[in-house]
Amino acid sequence: MKKLIENNITYLVEQFYSNPSLIEEYIHEVYEVIGKVEDRVKSYITLRPLEDVLDEFRKLRDRIKYGFKGRLLGIAVAVKDCIVTRGIRTTCASRMLQDFIPPYNATVVERIINEGGIIIGKTNMDEFAMGSTTENSAFYVTRNPWDLSRVAGGSSGGSAAAVSSREASIALGSDTGGSIRTPASYTGTVGMKPTYGLVSRYGLIAYANSLEQIGPIARNLSDLTLMLSIISGHDPKDSTSLKIYDTNYDRYLSKAPLKNYKIAVIKECIEQGVDRAVMQAFNRAISRFESEGLEVTEVSMPLIKYGLPAYYIIADAEASSNLARYDGIRYGYHVGVGERSYDDVYSEVRSYGFGLEVKRRILLGTFVLSAGYYDQYYLKALKVRRLLRNEFVRIFNRYDFIAIPTTPTPPPKVGEAIDDPLKLYLMDIYTVLANLVGIPAISIPADIVDGLPIGIQILGPELSEGYLINIAYIYEEISKLRDLTPPLVV
Amino acid sequence: MVSNNVVIGLEIHTQITSLKTKLFCSCPSDYRGKPPNTNVCPTCLGLPGALPVVNVNAIKAAIMVALALRCSISDLLVFTRKHYFYPDLPKNYQISQYDGIGSMPIAKNGYVILNIDGNIKKIRIRRINIEEDPGRLIYPTGSLLTSKYTLIDYNRSGIALLEIVTEPDISTPKEAKVFIDKIRSILEHLGITDPNLEGSIRVDANISLAGGSRVEVKNISSPKDVERALAYEIIRQSKMLGSGEVVRRETRHWDSVRKVTVPLRAKELEEDYRYFPDPDLPPIKITKELIMDIASKLPELPDQRIERFVRSYGISEYLANVLVLEKSLADYFEECVGICGNPELVGNIVVNDLKRWIDELNLEVIEAKKLLPANQLCKLIQLLINNSINIKILKEVLPKALRSGKDVISIIYEEGYMDISDEKMLMKIVEEVFKENQQAVKDALDNPKAINYLVGQVMKKTKGRANPSITNKLITMKLAEIRGTPKNDR
Repeated sequence: MKKLIENNITYLVEQFYSNPSLIEEYIHEVYEVIGKVEDRVKSYITLRPLEDVLDEFRKLRDRIKYGFKGRLLGIAVAVKDCIVTRGIRTTCASRMLQDFIPPYNATVVERIINEGGIIIGKTNMDEFAMGSTTENSAFYVTRNPWDLSRVAGGSSGGSAAAVSSREASIALGSDTGGSIRTPASYTGTVGMKPTYGLVSRYGLIAYANSLEQIGPIARNLSDLTLMLSIISGHDPKDSTSLKIYDTNYDRYLSKAPLKNYKIAVIKECIEQGVDRAVMQAFNRAISRFESEGLEVTEVSMPLIKYGLPAYYIIADAEASSNLARYDGIRYGYHVGVGERSYDDVYSEVRSYGFGLEVKRRILLGTFVLSAGYYDQYYLKALKVRRLLRNEFVRIFNRYDFIAIPTTPTPPPKVGEAIDDPLKLYLMDIYTVLANLVGIPAISIPADIVDGLPIGIQILGPELSEGYLINIAYIYEEISKLRDLTPPLVV
Repeated sequence: MVSNNVVIGLEIHTQITSLKTKLFCSCPSDYRGKPPNTNVCPTCLGLPGALPVVNVNAIKAAIMVALALRCSISDLLVFTRKHYFYPDLPKNYQISQYDGIGSMPIAKNGYVILNIDGNIKKIRIRRINIEEDPGRLIYPTGSLLTSKYTLIDYNRSGIALLEIVTEPDISTPKEAKVFIDKIRSILEHLGITDPNLEGSIRVDANISLAGGSRVEVKNISSPKDVERALAYEIIRQSKMLGSGEVVRRETRHWDSVRKVTVPLRAKELEEDYRYFPDPDLPPIKITKELIMDIASKLPELPDQRIERFVRSYGISEYLANVLVLEKSLADYFEECVGICGNPELVGNIVVNDLKRWIDELNLEVIEAKKLLPANQLCKLIQLLINNSINIKILKEVLPKALRSGKDVISIIYEEGYMDISDEKMLMKIVEEVFKENQQAVKDALDNPKAINYLVGQVMKKTKGRANPSITNKLITMKLAEIRGTPKNDR
C-alpha cells in the first residue's frame, strides 16, 4: 500500500478530516523514515520528540471536533533553522545561537500553525544562510539523499533533503541568493523564491534583508502552491511587506497555459562554464516546452556578469550590519564577563561564536561599507542592481518568463568545493539575479541525468507567482517529474 | 574672556514624549519607573528576526519641530543604520538618519532667533534627525568611570528621539543656555516633549577655542548645566592654551554632581559609523499635503505668544519672554488673567514672586499649579487690589501656600494676615470697647488725643488686625454720635 507520506498535502488533509486518527499513523510514518535515514542525511538540527508532536496531534484532534479547519491539518512541516519558532531552539546553524530559544514565532510559522500544520523540526543550513552547500553549518553537513557522497545544496540544504527523503511533507527555506532553488535543484524538489515583499520576513533571522525571502520547498507543484498561498500576503510587522491580500494560487494549477507564454533564454547563462549534464537537462526542458508549442527565444544580457559581484557586495554589507547584534550579552553564546571591558567580551564571543565563512563575509561587508570604500563598492553595486532591474524589465516587456539553469553544475561531492570560496560563490551565479532584481523564481526538476536530478530555473516579473506556478505545473505534467524518489528512500 | 574666540555647537536629543509607543515597536513609551527590562519586546531588544515598523506619529512630530525651527523638510524619509559597538545598543547599530548619498535627515537648514538681553542673534540649525534612544546603563558601584560593573536596562531602548544639531553659531555659555531654553519652550508649546521628565532632553556640546581643537562634552541634561559645563570648559581650555599646552580632540563627560567635565576618550580620528540606508525600512514619501496639513494645525509658538502677550495684555516684552520660556508658566499666567484681569500685576507676581518660590522650593510649575491653582492666586490678587492685604503679605502667603497647598484665605486668617476692614464687624468691636471703657470714652469726648487709647483697645481685641484708618474713622463717628445725643440719654 502507498504510504500516507507519499500523497500530496491537499489529498492528505482531506483524508485527515474524514479520519483524524490517520494523522497519528502519518506522524509515525514520518518518524519511521527519519529513524531510517536521518543518521545518514542529517537534515535536521533540532527534531522535536515524537511525543511532543503526538501531543500536538491530540490537541489538533480535539480542535477538529469543534469544527477547526486548516489547509495544513496534521501535516509535518520542516522549517529552516533561521526562521524563529517560539519555544523551539533556533540556531541558524551557528555556535552563536546554539542554545537560543526564541520567545516568539515568525509570521510564516504562525500562519502554518493557524492552518493546522505541525512543525516537526528545524533543518540544517549553512551558518546564517551563508553558503551553497550546507557545509558551512557549525554542526554537520547535510547529505544529498540521491547520492550521500554529494551535498544537498544550500543554504536550505536540510529543508530540501528532508522533503526529498520524506522526513517531512513540505519545508520552508529562505533564499538570499539561491538558497531555496539550489538545494531544490540538487534534490529533485521544487522550490520557489517569491517576489521580494510577498512573504513576511518577520522572524527570519536576517542575513541580507534587501535580498532574502522565505519560500516553500516541496515534492510537487500542488504542495508548493498550497504552502505559498498560506505564507504569502501582507504582514504589518514587516515594513517591506507588500500590500497583497489575495494569495490563493490554486487556480494556476492548470494543465493548459493561461496565457500565450513566451520564454526568453539568456544566452550568457548557457554559453560557457555550464556543466555538460546541466546543459543536457536544460536543453531537454527547453525542447519539452517547444514541443508544447511555447515560443522560446534566446536573448542577450551582457550585464549579467556583474550580478554575482554586486550580489556579494550588497549581501555582505548587509550581513556585517545584521550580525553586529551577536555580542553574547542579551542572548546567544555567553562567556564569563569578570571585570573585563565590553570589547574584550565581544571579541571572545564573536571569535568563538562565528564560523570562518561568516567572519569572512562580516569582514568583507565591513570593508565595503567603510568610509572611502562605500562609493567604490557599495554604491557601485547598487548601481549594478538598478541597471540589472532595468534590463529585466526590458526583457519582461517582451517575454513572460526567463529560463536559465538553476546552477552551473550538478551537486558537488562533499568537501569538493568548500575550501575554494570563489568556486562556491560561482555556484550562485544564476540564482542571485532574482534576488538582486526582487522578482520571483522557481526551480523545478528539468531532468534526471546520471542518476542525479538537475533543476531548471524559471523567472518571471514581479508578482508573477501565479503564472510561474502555471508553467511549472505544465512542465510537471509533461515531464512527470514530480514526487521524485531518491534511491535512499526506496 | 574674549567671547569671539569661542565656537560652540550643540546637539540636543529630545524624546518625543507625546507618543504612546516606541519608535519602531508597540512597547509603551512610558518607560520611567518600570522594573528593569520589562518594557521590551523582540524588536527593541534586537532579537534575531525581529523587524522595525516606524511609528507614523513620530514623523509628524518631527515635521512639527522642523516647521517650528524653519527647516526645509525632506520629501523622502530615509532611515540609516549607524554602527558602533556599545552595550546600551541592542543591535550594535542605531537606526538614525544621515546626510549623505542616498540618505538624508528629515529636515535641515533651519534657524532660531534668540533675544539675548535685548540683542538679537540667529542660531542656524544644521539638521534634525529621527532616531531611536539606546538602553540605559547603570553603574551600581560608582560612576561611568569607576564602577566595577555595569547593568543594562533596555526599557528606554527604542524610544523616539529627535536630534537637533546646530551650526557652530553660539559664542557664549549664556547664549547656549538661552538657545536650549528656547528649544525647550518650542518643544513644550508643540506638545512634543515634556521637558520635566527626567532625561527627556539631553545635550552634547561641542566647544573649541581659537588655537585649540574641538572638545565634545556629553550627557548634559539641564540648560543651566550646559551653561556651567561650557563655562568650565572655557576656563579649562584657555588655561591650557595660555600655558602653551595643546587642546586635543576629545570627548568629555559632564559630571553633574561635581560640576566638572572629565575626559572620556580621545578622538583621534573621525569615527567610522558605516552609515547605510536601513533595508528593513523602505523610504517613505513625505508629501507636501502632509506638511501643509501639519503646518495648518501648528499650535501657537513661543515667539507668537510673546508678541500676543505684549499686544493684547500690554505687558513688557521682558515679562512676556520670561513667562513664555516655560509653557506651563505662561498657561498659568493666562488662566489667572482670565479670572482676575490685571495682566501687568499678575505677570509681575507670577514672574517675580511665584516663579522665584517655585524654583526655591524645587517645584515644577505643574506641581505648583496643583498647590496654588490660578483661582487661588487670583483671590490673593483681588485682596491686594481691594487693599485688604498689602504686597508684603501677598509675598509671605505665596510660599506658605506652595508649601502646604492650603486655601489662601484660610492661611490669611489663620496666620492673622488680614486687616479687619469690614466696617460692620469693626463697629461691633468698637461698640464693645466703648461699653467696656466708659471712662476712656468720656475722656475722649473732651480730649481728642485720648482717642488713641480706644484705638489701642480695638487693636488689642483684634490682635492688631483692625484696619487702623477705618478703626479711627469709626471711633470718631461713634464719639460724634455721642456728642450729638442729649446728655441725659448718654
